[in-house]
Amino acid sequence: MYDTIIIGAGMSGLAAGIRLAHFDRRVCILERHYTIGGLNSFYRLRGRDYDVGLHAVTNFTPKGARKGPLARLLRQLRFRWEDFALAPQLGSSIRFPGVSLRFSNDLELLRSEIARNFPGQQDAFEQLLSRIVDYDDLDQELYEQSARRIVSEIISEPMLIEILFCPLMWYGNAREDDMDFGQFCIMFRSIFLEGLARPYAGVRLILRQLIRRFRELGGELKLRHGVSRIEVQDGRAVGVVLDNGTTLEARNILSSAGWVETMRLCSHACPEANQDRPAGRLSFTESMAVLDCQPQQLGHSEAIVFYNDHPEFCWRKSEDLCDVRTGVVCSPNNFAYGHFPDDEESLPDGIVRITSLANFDRWFALSEEEYRLEKLRWFDRAVASAVRFVPDFRAHIIDTDMFTPQTIRRFTWHDNGAVYGAPQKQLDGTTPLPNLFICGTDQGFVGIIGTIMSGISIANQHILPQASDA
Amino acid sequence: MTPAEIRDEILDILDNIAPDDDLSNLKDEIPFRDQMELDSMDFLDIVMELRKRYRVQIPEEDYPQLASMQSTCTYLAPRMLDLERIAR
Repeated sequence: MYDTIIIGAGMSGLAAGIRLAHFDRRVCILERHYTIGGLNSFYRLRGRDYDVGLHAVTNFTPKGARKGPLARLLRQLRFRWEDFALAPQLGSSIRFPGVSLRFSNDLELLRSEIARNFPGQQDAFEQLLSRIVDYDDLDQELYEQSARRIVSEIISEPMLIEILFCPLMWYGNAREDDMDFGQFCIMFRSIFLEGLARPYAGVRLILRQLIRRFRELGGELKLRHGVSRIEVQDGRAVGVVLDNGTTLEARNILSSAGWVETMRLCSHACPEANQDRPAGRLSFTESMAVLDCQPQQLGHSEAIVFYNDHPEFCWRKSEDLCDVRTGVVCSPNNFAYGHFPDDEESLPDGIVRITSLANFDRWFALSEEEYRLEKLRWFDRAVASAVRFVPDFRAHIIDTDMFTPQTIRRFTWHDNGAVYGAPQKQLDGTTPLPNLFICGTDQGFVGIIGTIMSGISIANQHILPQASDA
Repeated sequence: MTPAEIRDEILDILDNIAPDDDLSNLKDEIPFRDQMELDSMDFLDIVMELRKRYRVQIPEEDYPQLASMQSTCTYLAPRMLDLERIAR
């Protein structure tokens, strides 16, 4: 019998596993996929490493910072700041028709860019900042208010509102059109007030640290072990049944499978689990180009460019296979590497990744042949759209790959390949069953640091306070 | 355990929680909170580390006793008199 079974070996599940194993709980993480990481994973193709998910770690604070989620996470998991080898971004921008607003890990740049592009809005921006700083994470009622309404009461320039929402929605909003005010504040802090960084080795470095620590502490991890149902007796979860029919018993179950997906696992025996809460609908494609040179040699030195080719920012499910009117251009080369022992100054290849909104159902309905063709077609369209905002790199492409909503589903098992999960979050992690909890995307903290904190805080709140008989 | 041993153990726990902090200048009579950037989650971790290492149970109403090194040692001394560390 396990103290806790964790469903999903993504960042949140691994982090929860570390906390529990550190305090001598017997923990087993079950992962359906053949590798760890969930949304934030990696693969190797034709001799090159590719990341899924991670563009940049948000919530970056420099060594020595004591406040903020990164510092808290390091203390909770007993890591040193150097263990994640985070290299800060060289700078980023948000590009709309006629406006380019740069930002970096120093808020002053964003302030001066707003003053330059939107004179007259500086005071309003300061007012917005103080609202965001004052926001309390745990107030569920305030959390769910419309961020668009609150922000438009403060800022009067419509394009500035769209520009501020664009990166925050792209990096963590499961709701269409609008955003929960709580999520807006969390994302705003993580991107504009803290900042962006990336380990030289990409997401695999963070995963390697998490899994190594989990194993050192005696945690068990079973890959290719999908959970087909949660067993319920007398109103409590008592264990799980695996896809292969085996039953495993546990005192607690912590699921990072998503709210809808977790409720489905226990709905056979728990009527309250059949709640009518919709799954998320927003999924992405990512078009990845390997270049024969560093992007800086082409005049592109920004880590992330968020672009939108019309004045309004439409954040909703694409009707066509993809919607390339808006997108994110990430260049993992454009971070200040070379300050940790194992790092080089620059990555071996130039890489440009372009994220576009995509329609899961349409990608899912394609035959194998059509799927291959549509990948090629939409790769070209996504790149053609992006080079209106960044230097044209097309003549330098030496290899490409693309992942689609189907890929995201394979890695995350989320319905609809929903990158940020369901629109409605369960901040306290509780479910209709007293010893079943959820963490990860549908608990509500997003981004790499956010999802790790999600695993930590749900383990702390609900499982560690229980008496252990270890 | 002697109060000096308890102090060393608390230092070890703090070093474990916040390895990037320099603890050599820690003042025993000043609250931890005023010298280190510890939040409520970190304080709970001190309690949980003590439970893990010595099986010493500290009821929630006694948490304020753990505010500084001095008050922690005073509080723990009678409770840890006969205890030896069981796990690291």
